[in-house]
Amino acid sequence: MCATCGCSEEGGAVITNLQTGERFLMHDDHDHPINGSGHVHDHAHAHMHTHGHTHGHSTLQLHEELLTKNNVLAERNRGWFDGRNILALNLVSSPGSGKTTLLERTIRDLGSELSLSVIEGDQETANDAERIRATGCKVVQINTGTGCHLDAAMVSRGLKQLDPASGSVVLIENVGNLVCPALFDLGERAKVVVVSVTEGEDKPIKYPHMFRASELMLLNKIDLLPYVKFDVERCLAYARQVNPRLHTILISATRGDGLQDWYAWLRTQKN
Amino acid sequence: MHELGITQEIVALAESRAGGRRVRGVVVEIGKLTAVLPDAVRFCFDLCTKGTLVEGAVLTIVETLGSARCLACGSVLQLDQPFGQCPCGCTDLDWLTGEELRITEIEIELEETS
Repeated sequence: MCATCGCSEEGGAVITNLQTGERFLMHDDHDHPINGSGHVHDHAHAHMHTHGHTHGHSTLQLHEELLTKNNVLAERNRGWFDGRNILALNLVSSPGSGKTTLLERTIRDLGSELSLSVIEGDQETANDAERIRATGCKVVQINTGTGCHLDAAMVSRGLKQLDPASGSVVLIENVGNLVCPALFDLGERAKVVVVSVTEGEDKPIKYPHMFRASELMLLNKIDLLPYVKFDVERCLAYARQVNPRLHTILISATRGDGLQDWYAWLRTQKN
Repeated sequence: MHELGITQEIVALAESRAGGRRVRGVVVEIGKLTAVLPDAVRFCFDLCTKGTLVEGAVLTIVETLGSARCLACGSVLQLDQPFGQCPCGCTDLDWLTGEELRITEIEIELEETS
């Protein structure tokens, strides 16, 4: 529990700035530096008193869309990116598809051509952010704790720490999860879904929301195709069935296959 | 479990519209094509309402069916999952219904006369 205001730390996202080493605990309306420096903020507490007996009820018709709070914040992020001519991409996949390896390789190959920075999302640890930092790239880690996805508010706070340059590219690596991140717009230009040949080829129809929400599918680890039972054509057919407009590129982030096509796609999004 | 966050939003919205009065019922519309499971929302509801004005309220979930228009031939077809194929062979579909995710009604306890 936060000693200053009594807010619970449980379940709150933690943002780590890998450049400064500072860590912040994120709450709905304010962030706490975790090193315990002082802060001032107001908390509103509603006190309601209800009594034992009642005299009927009334029905109120509403038309309140859910997820509005996230969608509004996502649009704010989108405007923030647009105003700075920043390309933001949201990389989504199941755990272990090779997102971080792909980012490392992309940074090494394009680092001299494009200004890149990364927001890493994981439930726990800054391991992925450490890997990105080792490439010399600016990176912020968001640990969602019990949360299974990044949301627009987390990205907004992360961006304040990341402070990406105008005209740059921000690559957001979402929490490894093919379900929940599909619902949460972060303000990105596009979602890029990464699948690997060590998974089942039916991922697109098992998790259709994610493939429908994405603009590009990267089929990774194709260097392993001789060793695994994976039908590439069937996987691509499933992907097209769910999203006929989905672009697909076959890549190997370790061996380098297809990466020039991925970089070409990235450049077209940038311009 | 994104349903937990969505249920928290349902409870917060219901409470904010109730004007400080106790909420007896909440009606939520969840489309069949959303990635939101009604059962998971029901599971989270009791947990999320604890200690709020919505505690003890009856949650009614109306599931709306999915439908789409084929972008090739214009036919309208029913969708039970978030993808499908028109009898004409086309899979490029414009969803018409099934993406609803909203609160449509709350029942509020009236203020006491005494």
